[in-house]
Amino acid sequence: MLDISNSLYYCLVMELNGYEDKDPRALDATFAALADPTRRAILARLAAGEASVTELAAPFSMTQPAISKHLKVLASAGLIVRDRDAQRRPSRLDARPLAAATEWLLEYREFWRSSFQQLDALLDAMKTKKKKGKKQKHKKRERSHK
Amino acid sequence: MKYPDSFKVSTPSDCEIQVTRVFNAPRALVFEAFTKPELVRQWLLGPPGWTMPVCEIDLKVGGSYRYKWRNEADGKEMGMGGVFREIVSPRLLVATEKFDESWYPGEGLDTTVFAAQGDSTIMTITVLYESKQARDTARRSGMERGMAASYDRAEDVLLSATAK
Repeated sequence: MLDISNSLYYCLVMELNGYEDKDPRALDATFAALADPTRRAILARLAAGEASVTELAAPFSMTQPAISKHLKVLASAGLIVRDRDAQRRPSRLDARPLAAATEWLLEYREFWRSSFQQLDALLDAMKTKKKKGKKQKHKKRERSHK
Repeated sequence: MKYPDSFKVSTPSDCEIQVTRVFNAPRALVFEAFTKPELVRQWLLGPPGWTMPVCEIDLKVGGSYRYKWRNEADGKEMGMGGVFREIVSPRLLVATEKFDESWYPGEGLDTTVFAAQGDSTIMTITVLYESKQARDTARRSGMERGMAASYDRAEDVLLSATAK
């Protein structure tokens, strides 16, 4: 699910790595909001800058009420902020919940990445040992033939 | 680095997480490195600073495994374990997994496939959770506890993610 705009997420994580809130309920709301492809596309669009409902509805061939519904979910998850004063009520991205939500994936990645590098070294050592073992066996055989 | 670009973490479905990596070694060796405790504890260590004081593997269907990691700097520990469901040496391992500190329902099911490609091995681990929420919280609770965020390393991750 998070693959779609990986680099966007990673950039956000990098920018906002000071985010401390790890309330599980907040994270669940974030994940629920991210579970929908339209909402992820809206977030990707907002990463490029704020936009009104009309502007957001255009590329999705969806009605404005449908888009508004998605915006409501995103807003209650704290992923976007809507400007109340301006008439066009533009939405803008608030990336902090995203940073918290993707942290586990980053750490998971890092755990395996580091481990596999150590496994590379171990496999090299195992290969060398095996080669040596074969050579020694060969030598022994040669010797026993003599 | 042997195959720096072959490492991939993805979420193929809402309930799954998948890790893929190519190793420059024959399949039999990779399988060995994944199943012999004296070998596993040499590499399944995550970021620098961690050791694996407990690594027990009873490699048979119905047999269990138990891992415990320790951060030598601050003494933090995290553990996990599970039971083997299917073993087809050297190409398939299926086992359950559960972190000690988890607060998600049920357990995960790990399927590890080793595919031979010439002298190399393509390894794919797919972890299936009972729900999307379980997947997301499993990793969160397990990893958060042990791997206190190493943001200096996240930079490498960022670089590798954007380089794609």
